[in-house]
Amino acid sequence: MRDDWLRADRLPHIYCAGCGNGTIMNCVLEAVDQLGWNMDETVFVSGIGCSSRAPGYIRTDSLHTTHGRALAFATGVKMANPSLHVLVFTGDGDLSAIGGNHFIHACRRNIDLTVVCMNNYIYGMTGGQGSPTTPIGKTSTTTPYGAAEMPFDLAELAVAAGANYVARWTSYHVTELTKAVVAGIQTPGFSFIEVRCQCPTSYGRRNKYRQPGDFITYLRESAVLKDRWDRSSAGEELPSEKFLIGEFVRRSRPAMGVPDEA
Amino acid sequence: MRHEVRFSGFGGQGIILSAVILGRAAALYDNRYAVQTQVYGPEARGGASMSQVIIDDEPILFPKVKKPNLFVIMSQEGFEKYGKTASPDATMLIDSGLVHDRPECICIEIPATREAKTQLGRDIVANIIMLGSLVAATGVVSAQALEQAILASVPKGTEELNLKAMRLGFALAVPEA
Amino acid sequence: MQGNVACAEGALAAGCTFFAGYPITPSTEVAEHMAAKLPKRKGCFIQMEDEIASMAAIIGAAWTGVRAMTATSGPGFSLMMENIGYAVMSETPCVLINVQRGGPSTGQPTMAAQGDMMQVRFGSHGDFSIIALAPSTVQECFELTAKAFNLADQFRCPVFLMADEVIGHMRERITIPDSVQIVRPKPLQEGMLPFAPEDDLIPGFAAFGTGRKIPVTGLTHNEKGYPDSTNPARHESLVRRLVDKIETVRHSIADYEIVNEEAEYVFVCYGSPVRTVQEVVQRAKTPGTGYLHLRMIWPFPEQLLSRFPNVKAFIVPELNLGMISREVERHVCVPVISAGKIGGELHAPDELVAIVEQLRSGGCP
Repeated sequence: MRDDWLRADRLPHIYCAGCGNGTIMNCVLEAVDQLGWNMDETVFVSGIGCSSRAPGYIRTDSLHTTHGRALAFATGVKMANPSLHVLVFTGDGDLSAIGGNHFIHACRRNIDLTVVCMNNYIYGMTGGQGSPTTPIGKTSTTTPYGAAEMPFDLAELAVAAGANYVARWTSYHVTELTKAVVAGIQTPGFSFIEVRCQCPTSYGRRNKYRQPGDFITYLRESAVLKDRWDRSSAGEELPSEKFLIGEFVRRSRPAMGVPDEA
Repeated sequence: MRHEVRFSGFGGQGIILSAVILGRAAALYDNRYAVQTQVYGPEARGGASMSQVIIDDEPILFPKVKKPNLFVIMSQEGFEKYGKTASPDATMLIDSGLVHDRPECICIEIPATREAKTQLGRDIVANIIMLGSLVAATGVVSAQALEQAILASVPKGTEELNLKAMRLGFALAVPEA
Repeated sequence: MQGNVACAEGALAAGCTFFAGYPITPSTEVAEHMAAKLPKRKGCFIQMEDEIASMAAIIGAAWTGVRAMTATSGPGFSLMMENIGYAVMSETPCVLINVQRGGPSTGQPTMAAQGDMMQVRFGSHGDFSIIALAPSTVQECFELTAKAFNLADQFRCPVFLMADEVIGHMRERITIPDSVQIVRPKPLQEGMLPFAPEDDLIPGFAAFGTGRKIPVTGLTHNEKGYPDSTNPARHESLVRRLVDKIETVRHSIADYEIVNEEAEYVFVCYGSPVRTVQEVVQRAKTPGTGYLHLRMIWPFPEQLLSRFPNVKAFIVPELNLGMISREVERHVCVPVISAGKIGGELHAPDELVAIVEQLRSGGCP
């Protein structure tokens, strides 16, 4: 049962009402449960931020590490003991700002990790500062006149850096997300699943999505299925307010830390 | 008896390896004490490279060379930087084709690089020629220990070439022998 | 054998099977030797993208129960500070070798220094304690590296081998024993919480994958490992324990050599300057001199300073502008002469003899 994976004595969690992180955690636990992972052979690793609190609620060995460094710690765990399942929770700031270098190198090494990035466009835990994924023009406490920097496309970054599996969904697409986590885990090498999700408290409040429902509507309406777009767009550029969802890559480049077939 | 030996040349000549071989000969095969240290800069090739070995019958406490009594100098820049100030009672072997100046101390001229090229076809072993000459001229370690240390230090497949270089060094230092 | 290689051999003898590192002069030979040897022993060598990641990787590896190590020098050591604090807080056993070079900043990559002696003790943020050793011979590079793993496991903290460029690149003959003593961490007993200390203030250890479901965090945490960061009493008891588990045993774990307790002029030394002091005291037999050679610098065993009843002055020759001399000064009533030297060269024996002579004639160096 999925609930067995939770530390009941740590609940309630710290996430705000309407936060997307709980949904994503649920999908991930559903996926590992479907795969029949043994809790005692599973390690969750995270850095710092809202997303990174997730492992603390899960009843396995876990490393809640320093800001941005989750992938480097996870690399150590997996390379020292490839028989462990290692899954990383991270966020947009943790992964792509302070942890950007570790991110591209973990993709390049193609270490057999599954990484779920909760991309809520903002630093939630510190109160709503702009991140490398805050869209142009959007408001945060450090971009009070609208973000002026181009945001990263995390999924494209992972593809370019060499990950074997890359997908992007949103917290609205729970079925697809769960399937993507399963597919990512089953693909040897580095699997990266970006999940665009709502942060009504810090991001929504300043950007007209104060109600979680409005935020989810925005995510659903901005998301364009990658397959469909690839078939129909004829090379046309995606409108800047939209983003692609779906599977970006699934391949079998040489990977590290893959357990020996016993 | 404490010997302080200083090697200098340009990066790529095997200056550090020379010191390692001499130290190894003393410490492992002559069963004496040896400490090898070096000075190096950021250059991997060129520049003035310097390494030193102390050889003693007693344990070596202070590990740095204070006043070298033996020098092996293989470049003009090395001479200017690390050889010029040699004390008058020191003995200096110089690669006579590469060092233009001559020291005020006892000087033994060995055309090592030229001989390495002409007789052995490989200038890379000039440092081994110099080592052979050093040992033949000064007896700082035994010839057997030097031979063993060379064999333990050089890449596989080059043993014969290096031993030839060593013997050539012996002959160049003591022509009548 | 070279000092850096001896460090690597000491680690291998101690059963180290995981090395993560980033190339940096003058420590690189440690990584190169591990890269050559570990794959042949079913170990893992991984070159990380920087020293931050190297430190992170060895902590991750250590939690799987293996012996893990990294090696670096000044600039890389600065980058490691963040995760050194994490290793302290999470009580992760690991070993770091710092082959010290001249700083600040990029400084003197190829020259010796001992300028990181305070950084190792206080460099990461917050209150904490660590264990730091310093080799003065190539033999000690081997022995102290092997010992560092035992101390790390026993006390569940990062342990540092504070070498310097002189020792790291020096070649001397060493004797490698057939085996070295290995002390692994005491196991986490059934029914014990993962961060509940035993009488020695140290919790038992269980590796990931052994069914204990340990939540590890850098946040202030309770004995279960759960974050509890706004409870002042919790923070105080945790951090005091992390300090006390090391500081309360500082005299029993001290590793040192004393020569001539009757001396009037006593050198306090560690690392490569020990060699100069030995030359002055033992070889030259400079009258009235003796020394305290510390192989373990931190925790600082100040009681050893009272072993010299006739001391008129302590002289601290070190390759910095006076770091451990300050520590000595805190604990004694006689004058402490800081004989700091920077630039990359060792003190010559004559320099130290001159200080003694000046003191003897009533002058103040």
